[in-house]
Amino acid sequence: MNNVFVYCEMEGKHVADVSLELLTKGRKLADELGCQLEAICAGSDLADVEKQVLPYGVDRVHVFDAPGLFPYTSLPHTSILVNLFKEEKPQICLMGATVIGRDLGPRVSSALTSGLTADCTQLEIGNHEDKKNGITYENLLYQIRPAFGGNIVATIVNPEHRPQMATVREGVMKKEIVNENYQGEVIRHDVAKYVPETDYVVKVIDRHVEKAKHNLKGAPIVIAGGYGMGSKEGFDMLYELAKELHAEVGASRAAVDAGFCEHDRQIGQTGVTVHPKLYIACGISGQIQHIAGMQDAGIIISVNSDPNAPINAIADYVINGTVEEVIPKMIKYYKKNSK
Amino acid sequence: MSLKIVVLAKQVPDTRNVGKDAMNADGTINRAALPAIFNPEDLNALEQALRLKDTHPGSTVTILTMGPGRAAEIIREGLYRGADNGYLLTDRAFAGADTLATSYALATAIRKIGEYDIIIGGRQAIDGDTAQVGPQVAEKLGLPQVTYVEEIQQVADGRIRVKRHIDGGVETVEAPLPIVLTVNGSAAPCRPRNAKLVMKYKRALGGQEKAALEKDGVALAYADLYEKRPYLNLVEWSVADVNGDTKQCGLSGSPTKVKKIENIVFQAKESKTITGSDADVENLIVELLANHTIG
Repeated sequence: MNNVFVYCEMEGKHVADVSLELLTKGRKLADELGCQLEAICAGSDLADVEKQVLPYGVDRVHVFDAPGLFPYTSLPHTSILVNLFKEEKPQICLMGATVIGRDLGPRVSSALTSGLTADCTQLEIGNHEDKKNGITYENLLYQIRPAFGGNIVATIVNPEHRPQMATVREGVMKKEIVNENYQGEVIRHDVAKYVPETDYVVKVIDRHVEKAKHNLKGAPIVIAGGYGMGSKEGFDMLYELAKELHAEVGASRAAVDAGFCEHDRQIGQTGVTVHPKLYIACGISGQIQHIAGMQDAGIIISVNSDPNAPINAIADYVINGTVEEVIPKMIKYYKKNSK
Repeated sequence: MSLKIVVLAKQVPDTRNVGKDAMNADGTINRAALPAIFNPEDLNALEQALRLKDTHPGSTVTILTMGPGRAAEIIREGLYRGADNGYLLTDRAFAGADTLATSYALATAIRKIGEYDIIIGGRQAIDGDTAQVGPQVAEKLGLPQVTYVEEIQQVADGRIRVKRHIDGGVETVEAPLPIVLTVNGSAAPCRPRNAKLVMKYKRALGGQEKAALEKDGVALAYADLYEKRPYLNLVEWSVADVNGDTKQCGLSGSPTKVKKIENIVFQAKESKTITGSDADVENLIVELLANHTIG
């Protein structure tokens, strides 16, 4: 009772990375709260699915295995969570801020009239004082997220309602195995007890999923090029540096619009948001929409021939030079000094 | 078949065009510097609704929005593009609503509208980016939902087929009506205003807009028109009008509370500026290797 729950998203038989990241975060929250971590896996053909989640420190795995549960549709998965939560009364429920999590989370919160905060970038435990009513709430989940187009950061709490629900994007939290042999209880539920037949009304008649070509969202190092790269060939230099540093290549909107780089690598408000530990901006001036997609990077290096480029204002290191000059040197000196 | 379509639309501050004057000197947001606009993805939703109206004669498109009196602008913008009518949910009791309280208010208003086959809105609003209100409304009404819709392909025999985005791909799904849909920003853009409809509706006003004009001592131009042409009076609904429970509306109906707000002010960090010389670049690489930033 009153444990931390993570809804594990399934792509076929595989638990999504974002869910494993949330299990890692959930384990830490559960330790801090002195409670257990529970996982929910709902899909089809889920024999042995627990082997994927238990190593992340899961104390109980709830498996819902039935033919109609994959591909995901909203109603059956909503019924599973709503009915399970009525029995288990979790204090916290986390899910990925993916298409599925953002489809499912709001429905569950609406059914349980509990609060939900979307796209959190940090989750912490802390107290909350309601000064107006003179009540102090202990050990609430602080749900921290950017809002207002990335212009403010808000800390949200749900003082009265349970579960406290939050979604988190892929790549924001780190996944970390606690113990390969972590022992947890596996509960295989009778799906029909949780999901009425009438829930299976939406039929998926066609589905195309391509394996992601890159992992820009989750990359620890991102090398991004802007209009200043000059050409598609200019980007080849970035791919070369990326190969050395085990990094991913991204681009500003200007570079994508100019055809230097594919659209799915665009970083910024209308593209991907990245949170790498190192961000190398090459020939990027730094429009606010671009900055909104990378401002949480740990260390920012700006390579720019314009000393007044706006991005320099948020950079930790500014290399004043042309990309053609600097990037080959970075490759050269990395090769020379690494190992 | 003719369809009854309700479009959920929101007036939002234009957070995409945050200029230099968007922040006050004390770090708070200068709302006056942000123009109020029709939430972009709600326009994509409106277009899908209008296309259905084009292909299903006899269908009606109703705009439903919630906000202060000036949000009647959203209904006018809808009418200019081909919507048939609209309702503005406006009441102090709705203020401070989080997504759950918002969805409660919208769901009660939809029940008041009564007849609907398709309820359609944008995937998310640019001021909150939560994508929660659509699914929460669907749950409150006990309806199925399809989110991240790219295109409505077909509506026939009480069923709908839509193409939608999923992570890393696309899906085609079929579902029975009535249904709630939320539309992605990559869907077809909304048609422009129709000049004839602009002429027809440009004097359409909500009650609070009229009152605001009178308060400023401005006589309502063509006052008699509002009696002759009832469609110029945009309908406002209060909590009582939709039989709402004030406890479930606004701040009191919101389980989430904002504990703290921090403004992001782009301040120069302590940054090191170096040249592109061999020595400088090598020193930087060595430093990054030493502190394990790169491996």
